Amino acid sequence: MDVLISIKETITVQEALDFIQSPECGGEVIFTGTIRNHTKGRGVVKLFYECYEAMAISEMHKIADHVKAQWDIKKLAMLHATGDKYPGDIAVVIAVASAHRGIAFDACEYTIDTLKETVPIWKKEFFEDGRD
Amino acid sequence: MGILLFGVAKDIAGTPKMDLPEHITDVGALKQWLYNHYPALMQLSSMMIAVNRSYATDGQAITAADEIAVIPPVSGG
Repeated sequence: MDVLISIKETITVQEALDFIQSPECGGEVIFTGTIRNHTKGRGVVKLFYECYEAMAISEMHKIADHVKAQWDIKKLAMLHATGDKYPGDIAVVIAVASAHRGIAFDACEYTIDTLKETVPIWKKEFFEDGRD
Repeated sequence: MGILLFGVAKDIAGTPKMDLPEHITDVGALKQWLYNHYPALMQLSSMMIAVNRSYATDGQAITAADEIAVIPPVSGG
């Protein structure tokens, strides 16, 4: 399984798509997480993503190792953005390619669910009303 | 190497970095020291300690040579 793991200021869906292209794959699943303009009824102006990068990269590799052991996935891209992000911006992209779609969906869901539980990245919300 | 603090733990302690207190030799003792000095940390739904970039359990030994991090609930994605 080929793996692309990246944490940087700006990420794109295209770089993940480009990475997972493979003639042996017929199923590609892409998850994108974008900035929502509200949280619990309050307007969101922006988010700031902070990251413990060395450990985050290490935890993302652990997720990739599990995917590799669990499913016959050919390509996995895991990208996360950092810094100031505004509504509509992309915060995370998971892209998975395999011969058939079923396991690609499973691996993609496992990857994003586990990333949100274990990877040391934090978002701070800035609201329209200016309160914390 | 010292202790790195992130997210709301950094806000509560008011610093992104501190030295490991001399008498602290394991993760559980460090957590207790942090709760004693920064009681607001007890309000977090979880507080993990990472040692050398891996999540650690309370019994894990630590020294000033380790890279220790205070990890409040993560919220990536």
